[in-house]
Order: sequence, then C-alpha cells, then structure tokens
Amino acid sequence: MSGDTLRSTVTIQNPQGFHMRPASAFAQLASKYQSSVRVQKQDQVVNGKSPLELMVLGAEQGSQLTLEVSGPDAREALNALLALVASPEFNETTEPPSPAQG
Amino acid sequence: MEIKRGIPVSPGVAIGPALVLDTEWFRIPQRFIEGDHLADELQRLKHALGVAAEEARGHQQAVNSKLGRQYGAIFEAHALMIEDPSLSREIEGLVKDQGYAAEYAVSRVMRRYAKALESIDRGNFATRAADLFDIEKSILRHLLGHRREQIQQLKEAVIVLAHDLTPSETAALDQRKVHAFATEAGGRASHTAIMAGALEIPAVVGLGKFVTDVSGGDQVIVDGNRGVLILNPDEETIERYERTRTSFRTFESQLGKLRDLPAETRDGTRVPLLGNIEFPHEARHCLERGANGVGLYRTEFLYLGKQGDPTETEHFDAYMTVVQAMGNRPVVIRTLDLGADKFATAAEPVIHERNPFLGLRSVRLCLRNLTLFKTQMRAILRASAFGDVRIMFPMVSTLLELRHCKMILAEVKEDLEDEGIAFNRKLPVGTMIEVPSAAVMAEQLAREVQFFSIGTNDLIQYTLAADRTNENVASLYSPGDPAVLRLIDTVIKAAQKHGVDVNVCGEMSGEPIYTMLLLGMGLRQLSVTPHHIPEIKQIIRSVTLEEAVQVAQEALRLEAARDVNNYLREQTRRILPEAVMT
Repeated sequence: MSGDTLRSTVTIQNPQGFHMRPASAFAQLASKYQSSVRVQKQDQVVNGKSPLELMVLGAEQGSQLTLEVSGPDAREALNALLALVASPEFNETTEPPSPAQG
Repeated sequence: MEIKRGIPVSPGVAIGPALVLDTEWFRIPQRFIEGDHLADELQRLKHALGVAAEEARGHQQAVNSKLGRQYGAIFEAHALMIEDPSLSREIEGLVKDQGYAAEYAVSRVMRRYAKALESIDRGNFATRAADLFDIEKSILRHLLGHRREQIQQLKEAVIVLAHDLTPSETAALDQRKVHAFATEAGGRASHTAIMAGALEIPAVVGLGKFVTDVSGGDQVIVDGNRGVLILNPDEETIERYERTRTSFRTFESQLGKLRDLPAETRDGTRVPLLGNIEFPHEARHCLERGANGVGLYRTEFLYLGKQGDPTETEHFDAYMTVVQAMGNRPVVIRTLDLGADKFATAAEPVIHERNPFLGLRSVRLCLRNLTLFKTQMRAILRASAFGDVRIMFPMVSTLLELRHCKMILAEVKEDLEDEGIAFNRKLPVGTMIEVPSAAVMAEQLAREVQFFSIGTNDLIQYTLAADRTNENVASLYSPGDPAVLRLIDTVIKAAQKHGVDVNVCGEMSGEPIYTMLLLGMGLRQLSVTPHHIPEIKQIIRSVTLEEAVQVAQEALRLEAARDVNNYLREQTRRILPEAVMT
C-alpha cells in the first residue's frame, strides 16, 4: 500500500484501562480509514480495527501502547486516533454497569 | 486434550459428547456441517451476525433514550464486536477449513476470546468475559432460529456439563439420555451429587472453571472414580478408559453377590440397611441391592420442572409405585423439603430471600400453604393402606412446629375418615433431625414421634455454618467434625432413652469410613443411596459390636475433624482395604 508508515506512543489514562468501551470506540474510528492500524503492547501486536483483539490486550491504566499506522491516509488516521485516546470521553472515570450481571 | 481435577461424587466412567447447560437452555445440535453445504453455512453465519449486530444497535437506541448514552454505549460495543473483522474471519476459517457447523464454530471462537479475557489478572478485564457469553448467546439464538431444540428432546446420550446444576434443571432433563455430570461448583453432598447417585451415573463436581474451555458437542470423559474430567481426549486416553470401564463393572458384580446376605455384625447384631430414593423407579435399585426398605423417599421431584403444583393423584401414583415394589418393607416418605426460592407454588410466587437456607422452606413453607401440605398428606395416608408407609417431616426446628404438623395430620385423617377412604390410623410419624435446635431438644421431640432420622447433610452445614457447595468453605464441611459427632451422640442417646427408632439418612451413612463409628455410637439402622448398600453391608459383616464401640469411643476423644477422619480411615482399612480409596 502506498503512503507513509507513522508511529506514535500513547499512555492509557482511563482508570479502567483499555476496556470494552474505549477499545470498541478506537476500533470503530480506526476502521473509517484505509490505512492499516496496528497496536503494540510490549511484545503483543494486534489489529487496531478489531475491538476483540484490542480488549484482549488487557492494557490497564498507565500502560504504554505504540500505534503504527500505514497507508494513504496515515497522517489523518493517526491524528484522529491520538485525539481520541487523549479525549476526556475516552478516559471516563465511572463505568456504567454491565448488562451481563445478575 | 485438557485434564481437570475435581471431587468424585458418583462412581463409574462415561465417554461421550458434551452438552453444556447454560441459562438459555438451547444446545448446539452438531459439530460438523452435514454434506456439502459450505456455501449455505457461510451464508447462514453472515446473516446471523448481521441480525445480531442490528439487534444490539436496536438495544442501544432503546437504552439511549431510556437511560442515557453511556448505558447505550455498551450495546454499541457489543455490535462492534459482533462486526469485528477478526471475529468473522476466525469463525469462517473454522467452517471452511474444519468443516465445523456455524454454531459450533461461533462457540469455539467466542469461548477462546472469553478465556483469553478471563486469564488477564489485571484490572476488570476478566469480568468482560460475561459480555462475550452474552454475544455468543445472541449470535447462536439467531443461527438456531426456530430450530431451537429443547433440552428434553435429546437425540443421543450426552454428558451434561454446567457451572452448577439446579434442581429444576436436572428435573427437566431426559434422564435416559444423560450419561454423566460434571460441574464447576458443588461439593460431596451437593444437588448434582445426589442426582447422579439417584441415576447411578458417574459425576465429578467442584472442578473450578472449565466451561469456557468446552463447547457443546466436544468429546469428553468423566471419571467418577478418580474425580477427573478430560476435555477432547486423545485416542490413547480413550482406549485406556474403555478398558477401565470394563473392569469396574466386574467389581460391581462382585458386590452384587452380597445382596441376599443379611447385614449382620460378626457377633450377630442385625443392622437393617434401607435405601434413599428420589424417583419411584429407584425402588427397584433398592431391591436389587438387597435393601430392607426405603428409609428416605425425597419427594421434591414431584414439585419441580412443572407448571402447577402436583395433584393428589400424581403424589399417590408415585407413592404407590414404591409401596408396591417394596411389598411389606417400610417406606418412609418425607414431606416437601424445598425452599420458596426454588419453585413457585400456586399460592406463593417465587420470593427472593437473602438466605434461602435459613428461610421459608420445607415445613415452614408447608405450614404457610396448608393446601399444599394437606394434599401431600392425603396421598401419603391413602398409600398407607397398602403397605408399611411412614411419614417424616423435614427441617423441624421447634417442638411447636412438630406439634403443628401433627395437628394438620390429625385434621387430614378426620377428613379421610369422613370421606370413607382407607388409611392406616397408626401411621408412624417421624422427624428429621437436621437443624441443631432439634438435636439439642432431641429428648423432648422423642416423646412426640415414633422415629428420628438424622439428616447429616444439613445438620453439618447448620452446625458449622458452612455451605457445602461453596468452594471457599466446603472444607469445613465434614461428618467427622467433633461438634457434629457430639450432636449425633446426643440424638442417639435421647432416642434410646425413649424407645424411638433412629437412623442416619445423610451422605455420611453411605461413606464406609463412618460405619463403625455410627454402629459404635448406638445406631442400629442406616439409610443410604442404594449404590452404597453392598459396601456398607460388607463392613457391617466384618466387624463386631465391641470393635465398633471402641472405635466410636476413641473417635469421640479426638479434637479435630481431620484427626477423626484419619483415624476412621485407618480403622476401616484394617478390616476392608478395598472400601477405602484415597
């Protein structure tokens, strides 16, 4: 694929970590772009467009993730994803109850 | 292949396909696609994923407007996971490459993710496995559509796997098609164990988490002798187990020879052995094992898995089956011993109690629902005209409660008298001693009944304040606990003093290491799961009363359950090594 490969490292601020909601929000955003998105935590690399794979990374608050975006719209994609990860909504402090309880 | 270890609660070996019980009650019909339907199967899968995602988004809308966006967002996350390209790629891969049916492939992949989540010990990730199960069910629901098979219509014999088995779940199963049970939770005297004992099929409980590792249709082995569950066994293991199955049957037939020999100590004391049953057909098991009667007929299954309360006829028919099978041998019928948490009667809806164990159950429930109570009593009294029937009340905790039950019984007798229906006017009345207060008041209770039956399962739980099915405290539960032994001793002495028959009907009576102890403490009657009769008879026939008395005296001197059990194990091993399997 033509285009750049860009990398950036982020730290997860969310007290609950990179759990179901932020993970699927991230994947949803990433899927809007043509470029491929890979997310690395230590020696695990997963597909950034897959909410399940992101969740299974189990990245808790304070973990460092490296985003690698590659393709024609790499610059826009990376900027958007970085903005998302830094946003207050992404890093919510209280979590609504899961419907699967009870 | 994965090997899990748990608590063996019913002996034997079973090899077969798994049926994983979940709260939705549907099962995966088969593992592989039939014939050459690959394209159809992939289409079905795609369709189901699409519909499931749509449904999740529908929930999102509904919840957004009712509760707000942050709650709706959960369903959006579900929808995104269902649409996750990695997910469909993996599931399709299994269907194309392995020929798995769509349902089976979905279950395998979802459980793989669930297990990966569960093994993250940081943060809250593990609890999200519940969301994945939710999604799995949702996709499966759409795949199975109108083809949802009910548990009752099993086409082949299966091995039932579950987190735990509730009475209702087991009552609704087609028992002819179940080969074995294995559960994550549960202890030696749990409902699963009792059920397996009643069906005489292998069972292992207390295995800890394994349900994420298995899908309906997987081949499994349940080894009820050693307490082992094997998931997806390899060829060699299967062969080895098929050989074991044959040799176990030989051991069983040797014990069968004891059937017609009396349960008598070496120095000539008779100790009648009766059977504990839950279903009418088990009367046959009792006779096959040479039981001297039915010491405990648990009647709960008449009430479970049904829409309304059982009718008097349903009660009567069940009791008559047993009475006729047992001829003139005694049949002790215990009245309803369930809690309001487990089933709804016509009179009361299911209530949610914080402590069902200490709540509205058994006689308490019956005394509040006299129609229910009287219907059962009428049936028992009518059956008493045809054989040696006796009635027993469970969970009696005070003298007044017992008197209240007897009053109702007297009323019912009057009714039947007026209607000209035959019954035994001298129907023997007994009470279970399972609540510690009853054990402490045994002398007073002894004056008002003809017999006692010590329900050690619950007596031990109430005395030690430990739930036998709670893995965290199950180790406190031990029949050999010194406090429990002293209570049993009190009850036996009270019974002897007032000329009242007494037996033990809990699981303790079927465990060989306690036989000498119970004999030595003065018991002259035991009621056990029919399967255990030959073994217990063997022990009785190998000891003298004097030996038993000495063993009991020594055991009562010990301070800890562990010491008691070790001592009894050693003493039992001396007279019958094969009976003691560590």
